[in-house]
Amino acid sequence: MLASRFLHPILAVGLLLITPSLRAETVLVAVASDFTRPMTEIAATFEKITHHTAKLAFGSSGKAFAQIKSGAPFEVYLSASEKYPLELEKSGFAIADSHFIYAIGKLVLWSAIPGYVDNEGKILTTGGFKHIALADSSHAPYGVVAEEVMKNLGVLDKLRPLFVMGENIAQTFQFVNTGNADLGFVGLAQVIDINNGKLGSGSGWIIPDNLHGPFRQMAVLLKTGAKNPAALALVDFLKSPTARSIIEKYGFGLPE
Amino acid sequence: MTTIKARFQLDYGDFKLAVDLKLPGNGITVLFGHSGSGKTTLLRCIAGLQRAPQGFLEVNGSVWQDSERGVFLPTHKRPLGYVFQEANLFAHLTVRDNLRYGLKRIKHNSGTVRLDHAVDLLGIGHLLERRPGQLSGGERQRVAITRALALNPEILLMDEPLASLDFKRKQEILPFLSRLHQQLAIPLLYVTHSQQEVAQLADTLVIMEDGRVQALGPLPDIQSRLDVALAQDREAATVWQVIISEHEADYHLTRVEFSGGSLSLPRVDAEIGASLRVRIYARDVSIVLEAPAATSILNVLPATVTGSADGQAGQSVIRLVVGSQALLAHITRKSARLLDLQVGMAVYVQIKCTSILN
Amino acid sequence: MLTADDLETLLLTFKVASITTLLLLLLGTPLAWWLARTHSKWKSIINALVALPLVLPPTVLGFYLLVLMGPAGVVGQFTTWLGLGTLPFTLPGLMVASVLYSLPFVVQPLQATFSAIGGHALEAAATLRAGSLDRFFSVVVPLSKPGFLTAAILGFAHTVGEFGVVLMVGGNIPGKTRVVSVQIYNHVEALEYAEAHWLAGSLLVFSFSVLLILYTALRTQPVAHSLK
Repeated sequence: MLASRFLHPILAVGLLLITPSLRAETVLVAVASDFTRPMTEIAATFEKITHHTAKLAFGSSGKAFAQIKSGAPFEVYLSASEKYPLELEKSGFAIADSHFIYAIGKLVLWSAIPGYVDNEGKILTTGGFKHIALADSSHAPYGVVAEEVMKNLGVLDKLRPLFVMGENIAQTFQFVNTGNADLGFVGLAQVIDINNGKLGSGSGWIIPDNLHGPFRQMAVLLKTGAKNPAALALVDFLKSPTARSIIEKYGFGLPE
Repeated sequence: MTTIKARFQLDYGDFKLAVDLKLPGNGITVLFGHSGSGKTTLLRCIAGLQRAPQGFLEVNGSVWQDSERGVFLPTHKRPLGYVFQEANLFAHLTVRDNLRYGLKRIKHNSGTVRLDHAVDLLGIGHLLERRPGQLSGGERQRVAITRALALNPEILLMDEPLASLDFKRKQEILPFLSRLHQQLAIPLLYVTHSQQEVAQLADTLVIMEDGRVQALGPLPDIQSRLDVALAQDREAATVWQVIISEHEADYHLTRVEFSGGSLSLPRVDAEIGASLRVRIYARDVSIVLEAPAATSILNVLPATVTGSADGQAGQSVIRLVVGSQALLAHITRKSARLLDLQVGMAVYVQIKCTSILN
Repeated sequence: MLTADDLETLLLTFKVASITTLLLLLLGTPLAWWLARTHSKWKSIINALVALPLVLPPTVLGFYLLVLMGPAGVVGQFTTWLGLGTLPFTLPGLMVASVLYSLPFVVQPLQATFSAIGGHALEAAATLRAGSLDRFFSVVVPLSKPGFLTAAILGFAHTVGEFGVVLMVGGNIPGKTRVVSVQIYNHVEALEYAEAHWLAGSLLVFSFSVLLILYTALRTQPVAHSLK
């Protein structure tokens, strides 16, 4: 009785010291808000398999970038663009050469009204709408790509006066979803029905990849997570076939 | 010459007002009563500041309220002047602009009161450029009175205008009010709970209790009415209107006439023919059955007993007339018994002292 | 240095804030007056409603306004029926949102001032032949000058500084609905820190000057708060 009461905790501590790789750790992850839905599922699967815990903080990539540079305790950073992770590596906040592409962003020209957007995007040329929503191209990656698409279609200058710009892609989706903007460029992940891979509602045109440069979303291991087994495990897990299938399910493209 | 007919009924549950009165259209009518007697409510109903659900009010022939016909003139359309307990001057305006505030809103000033006249009357000429914050309480109240007066209202309403002032300030204003009375033809309705102000100002007295009118009439009549609590009060007194007839310089005395006789008073600094109010406290009046042959009391006057009542603490209240003036005397019940005073008896009254009110 | 875009947003911001403040005073004054005088049972409900924008995070408030004023929302259908179209992404829409957002900052100081004036001054004015509207403008307004200044300052400052609501309702359209707070945020998000500092600095300096002038004017106002 007495022996077991004392023995048990001592034994437990001893085991932890002997087999550190078995210890369940926690990793703090900053995630671009467009990756909210897939990352939630990836984290759940990750926790089930590795017994580590992934705590997720969603927000705009730029905000997370500024926070990391100011000493935020994030250990892994999933950005919606390549710019921020590379910048962090350069400035020493991230482990050198730890960056990798985890997903390719897919854009949809979407409207909440069924049948409004044709599946070739001709509406961009024919017009007839009051507002077209996109993420603010001054900082939001989705906005940059959306402008590129319009530019390649030769409609950018014509459409610019009709722009309403969301601070991030989630807000852009709200503009369109509430009907305040007739249509807009949103992330495929926001409108996809994961059960059948089609649009959940409304109407849309999935933008072909050849209309814009590669929309690569990059992740990076931060200095703070360099010695955290959970952080290392998560980085590995993001490249695993399990994670890749989840990423694809939510309408993202996969890196080569 | 009744010019104000007022009939109001209002019920606040714990307070009810039910009055039906006719008030004279001249002189000062004092509404007197304890707090909660309804005197202020009555005044506010007359001003239209409060609306009695059932009411009728006619002033100088024009109807200000008639609930049966749905007539209710809002306050700002009633040609009245109102002086509040607190002066309620506009803090953002100078005294001059306070005085002009109402004047600017009158289309035509047909009356006799002019602003400069009112300013002189209340002695505020030197205050015109000041702001209300720079005035004393008494000065503020004088400005408020001037402000109301300058409108040349058909009726002037004052709600305890001296209540918030100390004795000295009161004495500063009372002479102005008496003067108003003598110089202007505007009827004044004056609410107070001070007997001093009643004696000094009232021509007509309305006594209110529990939201009802207990007595209404000329001051001397009401003062000397035995059925009104006033007569029982330790401060019970009658006020006589007298005229100066002679100064007896050697004795430092002044002789005054009243209807039915004369009195000797300590010297009064006023011209012969001037009108005075003299207050005689009931406790200063004693009664003898025959003219005393020798007494140190100067004022011994023939009188007739017109009534008597039991007073407080072994006192009797005797009502008499001297000439045509009513007079109250407080004597002990034992004296009344010994003298066997009966209504109609001819007696003499000795008046120990008098006080001049203005 | 400030870019032309920055200057444009600064000017737009002060235009929006000025008009919003004016609207707030026009709307808030009768509302505050009613709240200060009424004994209605609705008083508590209206008071609570006015204070509600303080509780909701601006982006949440903005989101609901977006929904309400959108084509499917009650307000949106009403404005469409009026022939005005929908309000989001327009300057009027931005102002409607700003008015709602800053309402408590204008109504509450006014209500406090009006309550402090009390009924005596008004009764005095009534006995001096002033009708109700006349009383309000000749007595209440001058006596409430400090309250009006405070309300205007708070309403203006709060509108200049708002971000979440305008972001949602305005649609961030350059020259139309992109105000300075959004522009600063954009600079920060785009890692243009120098531009952000310049713009934020200009905003602070300008706002400080405006507030300083107003408060100085307020201090030298010889207006008494209560009736003597």
